[in-house]
Amino acid sequence: MHISLFITCFNDTLFPQAGRATVQLLERLGHTVEFRREQTCCGQMHFNTGYQREAIPLVQRFVDVFRDAEVIVAPSASCVGMVRDLYPMAAQLAGDPALIREVESLRPRVFELTEFLVKQLQVEDVGAYFPHRVTYHPTCHSLRVLRVGDAPLRLLRAVRGLDLVTLPDAEQCCGFGGTFAIKNADTSMAMLGDKLRAVRETRAEVCVAADNSCLMHIGGALHRQRAGVRTMHIAEILATTEGDA
Amino acid sequence: MSDHKKKPTPTSVLIELEPKFEQNAPAALANTQLRRNMGKATQTIRAKRANVVSELSDWEELREAGRAIKAFTLEHLDEQLIQLEAAVQKAGGHVHWAQDAAEANRIITGLVQAHEAREVIKIKSLTTDEIKLNAALADAGITAVETDLAELIIQLAGEHSSHILVPAIHKNRAEIREIFMRTLGVRELSDQPKELAAVARTHLRRKFLSTKVAISGANFAVAETGTVCIVESEGNGRMCLTLPQVLISVMGIEKLIPTFRDFEVFLQLLPRSSTGERMNPYTSLWTGVTPGDGPQEFHLVLLDNGRTDVLADQIGRQTLNCIRCSACLNICPVYERTGGHAYGSVYPGPIGAILTPQLVGVEHAGSLPYASSLCGACYEVCPVKINIPEVLIHLRGEVVRQKQDEGGIRAALDPENVAFKTLAKVFSSRTAYERAQSLGKVGQWPLQHEGYIKSLPGLLGGWTATRDMPTIPEQTFREWWEERTKA
Ligand code: SF4
Repeated sequence: MHISLFITCFNDTLFPQAGRATVQLLERLGHTVEFRREQTCCGQMHFNTGYQREAIPLVQRFVDVFRDAEVIVAPSASCVGMVRDLYPMAAQLAGDPALIREVESLRPRVFELTEFLVKQLQVEDVGAYFPHRVTYHPTCHSLRVLRVGDAPLRLLRAVRGLDLVTLPDAEQCCGFGGTFAIKNADTSMAMLGDKLRAVRETRAEVCVAADNSCLMHIGGALHRQRAGVRTMHIAEILATTEGDA
Repeated sequence: MSDHKKKPTPTSVLIELEPKFEQNAPAALANTQLRRNMGKATQTIRAKRANVVSELSDWEELREAGRAIKAFTLEHLDEQLIQLEAAVQKAGGHVHWAQDAAEANRIITGLVQAHEAREVIKIKSLTTDEIKLNAALADAGITAVETDLAELIIQLAGEHSSHILVPAIHKNRAEIREIFMRTLGVRELSDQPKELAAVARTHLRRKFLSTKVAISGANFAVAETGTVCIVESEGNGRMCLTLPQVLISVMGIEKLIPTFRDFEVFLQLLPRSSTGERMNPYTSLWTGVTPGDGPQEFHLVLLDNGRTDVLADQIGRQTLNCIRCSACLNICPVYERTGGHAYGSVYPGPIGAILTPQLVGVEHAGSLPYASSLCGACYEVCPVKINIPEVLIHLRGEVVRQKQDEGGIRAALDPENVAFKTLAKVFSSRTAYERAQSLGKVGQWPLQHEGYIKSLPGLLGGWTATRDMPTIPEQTFREWWEERTKA
């Protein structure tokens, strides 16, 4: 399949390793990956914080960049959620019938990496090897907006050597929430506190998720606390093979 | 796009003028007793709800039916209300229309005074809280006695409710015992629920038997038949609905359901969502008056208080589907930790965060739509499928547009506004974006230490107060891609 990578500005700038892993993984599975360099940001942060007029040109830009792509895959549930769930609202707000139509045509072609692997490509065993104790945090956008279900868990269970431990109260929000983490820093931290406790209880070496934004929040606090647990994007684990370990 | 309308502001909904959630939350978060009480209570009720919901194989169909019935009602609200009025009158009741809190209070006070009553008994009702009825009655020299146990505790403590169904959710048994001993003149009392309830019962029984006028809200009213419905757990409501001579019920105009048959849906959705029970212990239904049985005079006060404005908003109107079950409060990770008072409104939690700003105008409650991490748990449990995150995001847009259009130069120079406008420009061109990436790598040098930033300036300081921030790596993804395709 010819896959267009939607890297997301966040991964592009702060977590390029998740993007590299996504490319390596999809190519290893026999697909062609392209990267359209004109892409920047999907507009999620602007839209969700209320700067919606400012987000509309970014929505238009995304549509322009990916208009003719066969499928678009991103290693980020929340950015895919923006496109699938909120682009229609943004297009309505713009009051632009052409944009409304284009968004409708684009939405069904945009996928988050794990749902794309399991639901579209129908693979669970991607040939990865990762001999570590791992716990999985289902991020709110993957769980409740995209409804990826157990796709990430199926992928992780098929990884050789991986010891998957259940995260207690996994479905509880980590407290990130974009600008929520800054505007309501105290409440965000109270939520994170419980998530960190749950992560540490698992005695996992690695906490994995499908969103680097939530992982930056969780990982940033684990680092501050010197908790001895790393955070990794799920693509990085799935890209790792026997040769790398 | 700048179509936010200036609303006549029913600020009666607010407990605190212009609540600032982010400023209220830290104190609540620091109250460890509150945190423990709230955590325990919400977790218990969540588990109960999940349990009884999972018993029904057609739960999703029920939710969809609930949503559809409410959507239909809202679409035909004018006709439905007129139908209701006619049905109530036909059954011997009186109907009053109140545009706002002041008018509703005037009507109710007038009715109580006409019966020369100095005291009324009340069934727990959010709508009467919304119009601050108790205060209006007190101004007229009338004492309102709350008969719901939790509402009574709050009233005796001189506090405001913190949960729409369990007003005293933030109190534990020891605290309740202390309140009763202090206010009801009881000398010896343990903190056993049975004993606490007995004290309240003695206090209330006297009131039930001696009071002439009762005031209630309404969970539902049927347009077709004029039947009004109250669901409750304690039976105190049933006493209020049957013993006094006069009954006055106040309801928001959105509480309508078209037909009696619709109870089939709502009486399954409501108890399972709110108390986590298959059926609530008491469901009272009455249609006008029945000679020789129950109150002989019945008044229904229909309250707008901002609701028709909500109705006019395409995205916001689904908020009026709400049946006040409180499932969204109990599941909300923010509400669970801050409790209800931080919202500064009669309506706390996720429903409060979307309803309050719509009723009072975003300019008076602009912090509330931000009191959410947009985790979506509320939408998942809402029995009438209100897409709360969608409405929150929509309202955030309204907040920003209102500031930008009416806030003048101060709003334009607000650091957040400047930052977002600048970022939007950066993202609007590839070259500007790539340049910003390079500048970021250079700019972070003075801040970083071993791959992390421990302290950020300005707006971002909230992040590094408790979390480290990874630095921007040497090579962005796109640089790696370029290098790779060249090789
Ligand atoms: S918004 Fe939905 S979940 Fe929340 S109280 Fe209303 S009906 Fe219940």
